[in-house]
Amino acid sequence: MNISLVTSQDTDLATRAASPLAVRGMTVSYGQTPAIFSVDMTVRAGAMTAIVGPNGAGKSTLLKAALGVIAPLAGSVTVFGEPMADMRDRIAYVPQRASVDWDFPVRVIDVVMMGMYRKLGLLGRIRGQHKALAQECLGRVGMADFAHRQIGQLSGGQQQRVFLARALAQEADIYVLDEPFAGVDAATEKAIIAVLQGLRDAGKTVLAVHHDLATVPDYFDDVLLLNTQVVAAGPVAEAFTEDNLQAAYGGRLTTARADPESVAG
Amino acid sequence: MLADALLLQLGYNATLVTIGAALLGIASGVAGTFLFLRKRALVSDAISHATLPGVGLAFVVMVAMGGEGRSLFGLLLGAGLSAAFGLLCVQWLTDRTRLGEDAAIGAVLSVFFGFGIVILTVIQTMNAGRQAGLEGFLLGSTAGMLRSDAILLAVSAALVLALVVILRRPLGLAAFDPGYAEATGWSLPRIDLAMMGIVLVVTVVGLKVVGLILIVALLIVPPVTARSWTERSDHVVIIAGVVGGVSGYVGAASSATAPALPTGPIVVLVGFAIFLFSLLFSPRRGVLASLLTHLRYQRRVHVRQGLLALAQGQPIYEVLTRRLLERAGLVLPDGVPTPAGQAAASKALLDETRWAIVRGDQAYALAATRYDGLTPIEDVLTPDQLTEVDGKIDAPQVVA
Amino acid sequence: MGAEFVALSLPPILIGVLVAVACALPGNFLLLRRQALIGDAISHVVLPGIVVAFLVTGLIATGPMLLGAAAAAVIAVIAIEAVRRLGRIEAGAAMGVIFTAMFAGGVLLLEQSDTSSVHLDVEHALYGNLESLIWLDATGWASLLDPAALAGLPVELPRMALALVVIALFLWLFWRPLALSTFDEGFARGLGIRTAPLGLALVIMSAIAAVAAFDAVGSIIVIAMFICPPAAARMMTNRLGHQVAWSVVFAALAAVLGYVLAGYGPLWIGADASVSAAGMIATLSGIILGVAAVAGPHRTRNG
Repeated sequence: MNISLVTSQDTDLATRAASPLAVRGMTVSYGQTPAIFSVDMTVRAGAMTAIVGPNGAGKSTLLKAALGVIAPLAGSVTVFGEPMADMRDRIAYVPQRASVDWDFPVRVIDVVMMGMYRKLGLLGRIRGQHKALAQECLGRVGMADFAHRQIGQLSGGQQQRVFLARALAQEADIYVLDEPFAGVDAATEKAIIAVLQGLRDAGKTVLAVHHDLATVPDYFDDVLLLNTQVVAAGPVAEAFTEDNLQAAYGGRLTTARADPESVAG
Repeated sequence: MLADALLLQLGYNATLVTIGAALLGIASGVAGTFLFLRKRALVSDAISHATLPGVGLAFVVMVAMGGEGRSLFGLLLGAGLSAAFGLLCVQWLTDRTRLGEDAAIGAVLSVFFGFGIVILTVIQTMNAGRQAGLEGFLLGSTAGMLRSDAILLAVSAALVLALVVILRRPLGLAAFDPGYAEATGWSLPRIDLAMMGIVLVVTVVGLKVVGLILIVALLIVPPVTARSWTERSDHVVIIAGVVGGVSGYVGAASSATAPALPTGPIVVLVGFAIFLFSLLFSPRRGVLASLLTHLRYQRRVHVRQGLLALAQGQPIYEVLTRRLLERAGLVLPDGVPTPAGQAAASKALLDETRWAIVRGDQAYALAATRYDGLTPIEDVLTPDQLTEVDGKIDAPQVVA
Repeated sequence: MGAEFVALSLPPILIGVLVAVACALPGNFLLLRRQALIGDAISHVVLPGIVVAFLVTGLIATGPMLLGAAAAAVIAVIAIEAVRRLGRIEAGAAMGVIFTAMFAGGVLLLEQSDTSSVHLDVEHALYGNLESLIWLDATGWASLLDPAALAGLPVELPRMALALVVIALFLWLFWRPLALSTFDEGFARGLGIRTAPLGLALVIMSAIAAVAAFDAVGSIIVIAMFICPPAAARMMTNRLGHQVAWSVVFAALAAVLGYVLAGYGPLWIGADASVSAAGMIATLSGIILGVAAVAGPHRTRNG
């Protein structure tokens, strides 16, 4: 684990300043059992990192706590060494599709505009340039023709693409995605991964919860294996080993390989 | 006077009413439990408000047919019919439109109640003076009840209770384990229909006792209270029945002591007092108990994380962690661990290392499920197993 | 018509419309947040708030009573949330426990104290008396331009107008965070929007509507207006802005038609007295909802 090599506070300070998202000592608990316990995570700038682990390992919990969506029992988060609260503009977030009210009366284009709400403020006028940006983001995920549909009328994969377009509209440096490939069709998965790799190639950082072990080496640069605690973290070539997987999944490894969806969520 | 009332010394009518209210309370507590567990508690609020137009229309019809319009049976029959219609509306809006059940409930209860008020004002102009008593259905009034009405109340309350007892098996099955109920051949929609039927009867019988605005409390408060005391579903039913019975008994008895004391509010407040006590002080799910457990748990997490950080020479960022370690005498104010702190830290690190091995080894799959970041591994494994685990620790790999 | 209409019917109709719109506006968001019944709970606890205010001050004065009602609404909302979290009980049941207990407490206090001499009773709290809000100084349409006559308008009219302005301003200002946190709370929090205080603020706005409206029209119309116009509007459109606009139209329609039907309807069929306007307005809103539920273009999910 990378952090155990750090021995002094100064070195860690430097590590965190260089990292787009660094988490230290994060514990989140629902009731009396921890969902994640004392997790350290240092995301590498300009890389695509996957958070991988068995069902109930706390993957989504780690993301949500890191972004301040849920309150942790203990732990601190920095973005390029600064407190999260001052750096929100640099983070784009794609929540789990299941967490949203899809019957809400809103059109696809309005959903994408939501990504600009921080920039627009409470009452900032929506101008042509904003609409153009929203339309462009929809185009990047292949959804330009759906701008005026009600969001609930789309398929699961299409909804996920709209969510990604909304994140693109945030024009952030770090893209954090919670299960972006859960329950989407193969075409959507391809489209999303192409967009994410494009972001990475443009120097952005991508962090995603992922459940399909087979595609980890193809899609991602770094991996963090989680099972309540961090089991291993680092470049895929070093951390994504058979031993580490065994340590993270235990008896569930075979199932996880055969049926990735069974460990989603 | 109150003591007399509680001991059923206020005459035949009051005694009948009090016993009836207690029986009704038991029945509604039990029926309410099934409703609560199906997460449909507030449907009963729509049902009860939807009785008002029925009461009014029944009065109008009875007067039109030349009667006096005050027959309790007739009024309750009308109440039941319009409540059933209200229930159908809730069901239809939920199933056939995009509205959620909460919106359907709110729409039905307010519209039916509003229409009921319209009818009441019609009655006022129709036969001034003769409509006296219909207001009693709003808040419940058992004082000065006719003997025949008291008998009707007690008998129907007993019948409702009998109905609940007879149907307790399928209702319980649907509430606690709907999947199993369907697998064993029960039809869930039909059980739900039976449940709503019972709720409807409870509401109608309770109209004169508790009133239509507050009867929903008699169905909700007992199960919610019972939930504080037990995790076992069969116990929830029994406790809810007792809470409901006590509320009904005390409420009706004390209401009989003074004519201006509406029964409904007292029944509700007695139940609420029991609820409040349970919420605060029940030993397992009570607020006080949970608060203490949570604080203790948070402290343990912080101390444990602090110790692990010490063992690995990592900085501790959080003030609370540092303060707790300091107070326990594990670190000095400058952050340097005391000898006791060092010992505890290496113990914590060893514990984590052992846990890491246990959790990565399929042979210990059962033990691994008990991992919560805090339980010492000695509590889970036998000394022999520990030795085996320790054999797998090779020094350089000691990481958290 | 003319003079009689301006003096006797115009003020109640205007107040009815203001009440209906002030409740329907926040009702849209309550509906979408699956919190429709919060309006129900709030309007039930207005009564104990007013009774306590009366017992404390000993006056039937508008100021203390409105404050008492508002305080009761806030206490109820906090208590519901506390019971829900601390007791780990679903929201509907928590609501049922709290609002019945508070309402029961209010009724009991009312019966136990000497309020019989004053204008304070349960029936009034439930269905108000819209018909009594008349404008005695009006002599005709010209009175609308006469400052002396305007000063004699029922005090409920400016009060309700003020409440509506406050609510409309709140929704205008916080439209984006409200819409976003209703649609996708996780994303909203990721943007740094403090969703919990925002939700509380929405409920407080609803309480302001309920409290200001209650004295004029009673609780029942308030509950109906929180739910029925937005619910009917939801079935007319798939866009939030349009939904809110439809709900305003429906609310105003129900208020005007309901008042007219209650006041003149019985005369048309030969009866000699009018019926409860509040009850009729609630009934009308239900009929509008019924029509929308049967024929609205977007009445079913994903349609």
